[in-house]
Amino acid sequence: MAKPRVLIVGGGLAGLAATMKLAELDIDVDLMSLTPVKRSHSVCAQGGINSVNDQTRQLGDNEGLHLDDTVYGGDFLQHQPPVKEMCDWGPRIIDLMDRLGVPFNRTPEGFRDQRRFGGTLFKRTAFAGATTGQQLLYALDEQVRRWEAAGKVKKYEFWDFLGPVLEDGVCRGAVAQDLVSMEIRAFPADAVVLGTGGCGLIYGRSTMSMVCTGSAVSRAYQAGAKYGNGEFIQVHPTAVPGADKLRLMSESARGEGGRVWVPRKPHDARDPRSIPQNERYYFLEERYPKYGNLVPRDIATREIFDVCVNDGLSVDADRQCVYLDLTHIPRAELDRKLGGILSIYEKFQGVDPRDVPMKIFPAVHYSMGGLWADYERNAQGGLVIGSPKNHVTNVPNLYAIGECDYQYHGANRLGANSLLSCIFTGLVVAPGIETLVKNQKGAVERPASLYESAAKRHREDHENLLRRPGGGENPYLIHQELGDVMTKTATVVRRNDQLRDAYDKVVELMDRASRCSLSDTGNWTNQNVVFTKSLRDMFPIALAILKGALQRDECRGAHYKPDFALGGIDEGEPSERRRLAEAWCDRFEENTAKWLRSTIATHQSDGQPELTYEAVDTSIIPPRPRLYGLVGGELIEQVWKERAAKRAAGASGPGNGQHAAKTATAAKA
Amino acid sequence: MTSHTNGHPQDFEVRVLRQDAPGAKTYWERHRVPYERDMNVISVLQRIAAQAKSADGRQVAPVAWDCNCLEEVCGACTMLVNGRTRQACTALVDKLLEDNPSEIELRPMSKFPVVRDLMVDRRRMFRALQKVKAWVPVDGYFDKGPGGRMSQEEQGQAYPLSECMSCGCCLEACPQYTKVELTRRDGETDEDFRRRETATFDSAFVGAHAISQVMLFNSNPTGKMNAGERIDALTAEGGIQVCGNAQNCVAVCPKSIPLTTSIARAGRAATVHSIKKWFDR
Ligand SMILES: Cc1cc2nc3c(=O)[nH]c(=O)nc-3n(C[C@H](O)[C@H](O)[C@H](O)COP(=O)(O)OP(=O)(O)OC[C@H]3O[C@@H](n4cnc5c(N)ncnc54)[C@H](O)[C@@H]3O)c2cc1C
Ligand code: SF4
Ligand code: SF4
Ligand code: FES
Repeated sequence: MAKPRVLIVGGGLAGLAATMKLAELDIDVDLMSLTPVKRSHSVCAQGGINSVNDQTRQLGDNEGLHLDDTVYGGDFLQHQPPVKEMCDWGPRIIDLMDRLGVPFNRTPEGFRDQRRFGGTLFKRTAFAGATTGQQLLYALDEQVRRWEAAGKVKKYEFWDFLGPVLEDGVCRGAVAQDLVSMEIRAFPADAVVLGTGGCGLIYGRSTMSMVCTGSAVSRAYQAGAKYGNGEFIQVHPTAVPGADKLRLMSESARGEGGRVWVPRKPHDARDPRSIPQNERYYFLEERYPKYGNLVPRDIATREIFDVCVNDGLSVDADRQCVYLDLTHIPRAELDRKLGGILSIYEKFQGVDPRDVPMKIFPAVHYSMGGLWADYERNAQGGLVIGSPKNHVTNVPNLYAIGECDYQYHGANRLGANSLLSCIFTGLVVAPGIETLVKNQKGAVERPASLYESAAKRHREDHENLLRRPGGGENPYLIHQELGDVMTKTATVVRRNDQLRDAYDKVVELMDRASRCSLSDTGNWTNQNVVFTKSLRDMFPIALAILKGALQRDECRGAHYKPDFALGGIDEGEPSERRRLAEAWCDRFEENTAKWLRSTIATHQSDGQPELTYEAVDTSIIPPRPRLYGLVGGELIEQVWKERAAKRAAGASGPGNGQHAAKTATAAKA
Repeated sequence: MTSHTNGHPQDFEVRVLRQDAPGAKTYWERHRVPYERDMNVISVLQRIAAQAKSADGRQVAPVAWDCNCLEEVCGACTMLVNGRTRQACTALVDKLLEDNPSEIELRPMSKFPVVRDLMVDRRRMFRALQKVKAWVPVDGYFDKGPGGRMSQEEQGQAYPLSECMSCGCCLEACPQYTKVELTRRDGETDEDFRRRETATFDSAFVGAHAISQVMLFNSNPTGKMNAGERIDALTAEGGIQVCGNAQNCVAVCPKSIPLTTSIARAGRAATVHSIKKWFDR
């Protein structure tokens, strides 16, 4: 009987963690990636990785609070059991990465050092210089190389996943293309795991790497896998504008004391260092005294946007940007803690940020949404470890992990939580797949014709593309147009009229993209055809993002529609204010009942999505308003707490808690 | 010919050394690229791909090249820019035109087989990491508590070595590192070919990057336990003895990794190891 094989697509943190764990469980792995896995996008992560640790614990922290910060930061739009399990595993994951040789920064006594990231009051974030993602990825890459040397893992680098092989709706492998020889062939597998990362290139320029087109996910989606919460795209508050890419300036720059400001005088041309303190507007610190510069990302982004666009206070007149200032921190400390990211700025801008405040502006950064993925909940509210349901998509035997699944981060991801979720999902999917292949009793042998016909379909598609007549559309220019539309309408501030127009425009672009002509029609390392394929596959996801955003008439996390915002309370007598706060809470409850639902997109044959809505498992922490910096927030919070207390007292009465309990099993519907 | 506005040219010329496939002949091709602010060589290649036309107006296929992160952290985009081995993503157009206003010249690395145009095959680098066992041989991935304590000083030594992104600049610059390019023999299976290739890689020089990785893992609290194995690999054929100490490697490493320090430490460790082995016989 043949030994079972698992195909893992993607060698970022998620894919590598899954590979190494499966290999340890004695399952053979084919590992496929567009780039050598060591060059995966995860290397870009700078800031760090979150978990409760011995020090925060002594200050009152625990896994439950990490869960609370995560779901509160995510505006409660994530199923809580997987998040709970992830937070519980956090400390063990950091320990494991430490054992694998990650050179985490140390305290003088030799313990791991931690810093504070946005959306929490604890120093939970472990870091390795300013290249934490690179260091974590290398540690996993090294382990996978070890398994490769031992013959348990076979790598297929420079291969493009073209789609799953389905038999009666069950995934039996995948078809892929060699990017060098352009050979297309099928890979039989007992399970296929996608860990293919984010889709930032749909927005043209973003903070993501060049392979983050979302193509693999789109191909799975077009083959029937569902796509969840597409409209939740995180825009990072602080990026450095460039012609090819918007380079991230990590949140750790704020975590280590960086201050965001603009001159009070618009486009003040003076050297920023010579501008006196009282002529500087530290708008985050003034507007959010409790969190200051460390407000969560969505809020920082909106405020920077607001200060530039609505208050007209951009530093430069010809482009939008604000100062991110580190110049008050000693050089040696900056070098030790932030050396890596500062040298990036220096390299690309030619200015030393230790001497001169940096100029930054928000950029598309992370996709909270992704392939719908299941889980099995245990009695304590976490996951059943070893359940083959964990991270399986709605297509049996097809799994999704890492940034490309829709779990964990809800409507907004907290900084340094993604590296954790990527490694966690890789580690947790493995024992589930072990159970799956055990239940199947060895490799499932399917007829060769199944694979041959799947490969043949992709070969025909490929040949047709190469044969397209000249003089048609230019894929690179269409990509630019798509990026412009998406960036303008589906990022920081969203309006229905604009979204409607954008949707029509993207449908039109999709049609034009089907008439692209290739400038390279050869069959050797043809990057032109590979790009054109990935471009075509951006449209179904772009449309899912736009339609999700259009239909969601509310504000939640990264999705901000001013027309539907619940404003603050800033006027009136105490009794009037009280009444307004009550009304605010009523509206919040109504909105929760209506919109605390994940958007689920199903691909239709015309490339457009059909949307349905799925209840969210909030069985551990009932939803509450996210009030960071809202005017009158204290009063609303007080009213809300009174209501919560009343509900707790009469636990049998109707209300949020019960609503949540009812939805606890909805994810498995 | 180049006209200037505000001290910037309106456009500039790029000369690319192209090669359609392994073994094919090479040829130069000229491209004219409109100037934009904040450009680097990657955005130049992106514009060239979008234009699909050479400077003399011929319809040409886009230049093939390798990149991913665009932040000098993935190691993919190494090439020779104006003759210098470096990452294309940090090669800023303003700076390049300052040094040489007439053109930007792009060539593939010379120490690795060309796949096409600026794309080269660097699998030999990853094989070297396998050869020297560049990993921490942990018992397994179950929970066993944290790794060993580490002083700030030790972390400060390990971290820079751990930033090696396998870009290959150090190898391109090294006089002792020579190109290995094999072609498949008639009737040779894929597996046989790979096996022969691995054996050839292993007998050729491992290179500065791999030597430095040995020093990284040999100073790790757990990695130390297998230090001897790695030194054995480093003293086998193609090992550290091939290094002629020319120190070119350290001068070109984009991550400023102290390669010559690693090489010196490895050399001492190799000597100690061989004496110890001799006594242990
Ligand atoms: C600049 C930046 C900084 C960040 N900093 C932090 C941070 O400090 N902390 C934090 O927690 N998070 C951070 N993040 C987020 C985090 O880095 C990512 O979410 C995470 O690395 C994603 O890992 P992954 O394993 O899911 O996918 P990736 O690392 O993106 O890997 C995807 C893999 O899939 C492969 N692939 C993709 N498509 C295909 C295809 N069609 N065929 C074959 N293979 C394919 C790729 O080759 C690659 O190997 C940051 C993100 C960015 C952009
Ligand atoms: S010191 Fe050794 S490895 Fe470095 S360039 Fe010289 S010969 Fe090559
Ligand atoms: S040692 Fe430096 S030059 Fe050599 S591969 Fe590593 S990063 Fe590149
Ligand atoms: S693209 Fe990653 S190093 Fe240049």
